[in-house]
Amino acid sequence: MTGYLLRRAAGALAVVLVLTAVVYATFYIAPGDPARLACGPRCNPEQIAQVREQLSLGDPVYTQYWHFLQGILAGHDYSTGAEVVHCDAPCFGLSYQNNQQVTDMLVERLPATASLAVGAMAVWLLLGTGTGLLSALRRGGITERVLTWLTLAGTATPVFISGLGLLMLFCTYLEWLPFPSYVPLTDDPEQWAWNMLLPWAALGLLESAKYTRLTRSSMLETLAEDHIRTFRAYGVGERSLVARHALRGAVAPVIALSAADFGSMFGNAVLTEMMFGLPGIGQLLVNSTKSLDLPVVVAVVTVTGTAVVVANIVADVLYAVADRRVALR
Amino acid sequence: MTTEPLVAVDGLSVSFPAGPDPADGLIRAVDDLSFTLPPGGSLGIVGESGSGKSTAAYALLGLHRGTGARVAGSVTVAGHDVGAADDAGLRRLRGGVAAMVFQDPLSSLDPYQAVGDQIAEVYRVHRRDASRRAARARAAEVLDRVGIPDAARRARFRPHEFSGGMRQRALIAMALACEPRLLVADEPTTALDVTVQAQILGLLRELREETGMGLILVTHDLGVAAGSVDELLVMKDGRAVEHGPLREVLGTPRETYTRDLLAAVPRVEARRQARPAAVRGGADDDGVLLEAVGLTRRFGRGKRAVDAVDEVSLTVRAGETVGVVGESGSGKTTLGRMLVRLLEPTAGELRYRGRDIGGLKERELRPFRSELQMVFQDPVSSLNPRRSIGESIADPLRAAGKLGDHQITARVRELLERVGLDAGSYHRYPHEFSGGQRQRVGIARALAPEPKLIVCDEPVSALDVTTQAQVVRLLGELQRDLGLSLVFIAHDLAVVRQVSDRLVVMRGGRIVEEGPADSVYEDPRHPYTQGLLAAVPVLEPAEAAA
Repeated sequence: MTGYLLRRAAGALAVVLVLTAVVYATFYIAPGDPARLACGPRCNPEQIAQVREQLSLGDPVYTQYWHFLQGILAGHDYSTGAEVVHCDAPCFGLSYQNNQQVTDMLVERLPATASLAVGAMAVWLLLGTGTGLLSALRRGGITERVLTWLTLAGTATPVFISGLGLLMLFCTYLEWLPFPSYVPLTDDPEQWAWNMLLPWAALGLLESAKYTRLTRSSMLETLAEDHIRTFRAYGVGERSLVARHALRGAVAPVIALSAADFGSMFGNAVLTEMMFGLPGIGQLLVNSTKSLDLPVVVAVVTVTGTAVVVANIVADVLYAVADRRVALR
Repeated sequence: MTTEPLVAVDGLSVSFPAGPDPADGLIRAVDDLSFTLPPGGSLGIVGESGSGKSTAAYALLGLHRGTGARVAGSVTVAGHDVGAADDAGLRRLRGGVAAMVFQDPLSSLDPYQAVGDQIAEVYRVHRRDASRRAARARAAEVLDRVGIPDAARRARFRPHEFSGGMRQRALIAMALACEPRLLVADEPTTALDVTVQAQILGLLRELREETGMGLILVTHDLGVAAGSVDELLVMKDGRAVEHGPLREVLGTPRETYTRDLLAAVPRVEARRQARPAAVRGGADDDGVLLEAVGLTRRFGRGKRAVDAVDEVSLTVRAGETVGVVGESGSGKTTLGRMLVRLLEPTAGELRYRGRDIGGLKERELRPFRSELQMVFQDPVSSLNPRRSIGESIADPLRAAGKLGDHQITARVRELLERVGLDAGSYHRYPHEFSGGQRQRVGIARALAPEPKLIVCDEPVSALDVTTQAQVVRLLGELQRDLGLSLVFIAHDLAVVRQVSDRLVVMRGGRIVEEGPADSVYEDPRHPYTQGLLAAVPVLEPAEAAA
């Protein structure tokens, strides 16, 4: 197990390195003056020269990349004219357009995205596995048909439609909830939860459709296995059959996929974040891409990429824990 | 004195819908079956695949309920009317009155739970007042009873930590847990090696004597039934063909079908029909075709390395058949694959016509590929389901690249006829054929490039006995007509005897005994061979009981 984790960690590191190298290359080696782009449209030539200096754009490409990596691992000192700005590790550089350290910007945005991801995962796990199990156990009945239909509708509705619908229903028409605005958990947990309710529901609903289908098919598969027949032939009731013997096999892939999806929420929840005005990572990515704030884009891609890679390792480990027959080597 | 029978089946019919649409009609798997079993009696239900024997057995526990199958007629087990019982009554019957032992012991146990816990769960279903501790103690007790060593500790193992034989013992232990009056065993030994099979059948006999429970044994293997039951019921196409005391059915069968079935069963005591020396392709003048010297294949590395084949030396002469027998894990398949160079040997030499081909690269092997062919065990998975059988047979010819398209088509048609299929079936697909026919296609494919040697890896073990006999006969004819050398790998000692000139017995990757087939069978030297031969079930009831 330890050996497996070490090997996977090494592999993950390699993937992240390749990822950063590609992103770095795309943005900094591409035609156009990266210093001008990073600095923003309102920069004067002096400022651009300074940015060029700080990004060591005069050096060979591999040196630039090495500086970038060094910054992540050991921090960096930037001289802005007379004074020296210290950027602690992990340092993703400076956002010249915002006059802020990129790491600080990420740290500011992380809680909103993490709140969204955790809550949405709870929704899709409850809703997705619940309806999935129900439609597997009531196969052929009206329940299954209704659930199948709802699932299909859920997958087919983009979050900007369902989100808008939820907002109109609960905030405008019923007036049960205020229009959501992000309140950090540490400030006021109750307000945090009330305000996150709609984003969780919108994202969770969208994702849960996939989980309904996965749970349903893996439950049906497990119920058709020989060992279920054995216990049925020994007079074990249907309820304990499902609870004790079928459920475990059926939820193993659900858990694994959830972990992987959780990781991808750190870059993929853009639409939901924009819809509900959540100051999250996804929003940061969109904004910085729009304004071509290169250091921020590179940092966000690196962080979200790392999240996906780590989540996939967690998914594999969880799968092996849920299904003891899977040996991790 | 009249006693109430333990099992009374009267006019049982079971039909399955042929498709999702009711208009597709019904397939009648069991048709008007009737029999009774006295308390403590034993009945063997035998038949080929598709005869409805398992379907009939499932009906005894009401296992068709809720599956869409239609059951007619009446089934009574120990006074319980299975058809009329409510769900709760059925649950009480299942495991408590009648317990079932399934064929595949690995998939029949929950992979996530300890074996002891699974038995304990079943025990608590039927003994509501039993505590968890008592149930666990009972599980260890029955595991010990079925001969699992160190049962209390092993009860905490998961199924994958058990060997095949131990798993089947565990399933039997589960059946015993609630002291049922009837044991229904559905092909309980089909997935096991002969020696393990003999142990399991012995265990079943012992348990019956000890507990007085009745046994219904469903099997395709008449030999297995012969040693275990008092009465025999032969089924074909859902109907009972013949039913009577074991000795009568085996000794003086009344029905033609029973006679044919019995005639098709390969017998380990029967010598191979003598073949004229001439057709052996000059085996006497040292016509060595293929020679393995110290052939070794290692899998894995470091501490986990296993020598699946460990320094095996073997010669195959032109036109002869070398039988390779051994139990699962003995390395016989690995050896077979190395002989045709589907696997590269880790060490040792493989000489084909004097040239060492053991270490050749794929490109250098090309010229030898067409001369060394293989027939695989599973005729279903060894044919591409998305290609017509003609295409599959043509593949090796195309790969050889010697013939044009028209010649290839002509040759494939000729081959189809040669293996007893219709030349017009070129464009048909594997699923349209029965198991035996598919194996004929596999043989035709191996014959296509005109090989000198064919390695047959368990070519008939997935087939019914009557089909088995036909395929074995075909292989014999082909060998005689074409002067082929055959390496015949099988776990079934009787089948191997039917075809082999010489015999090799493998165990743990090594050859433990080797010699002319008849002398090995009649005068085995190695204790392992002796054990193997002793474990083969025999058809004569008198002998079987001994």
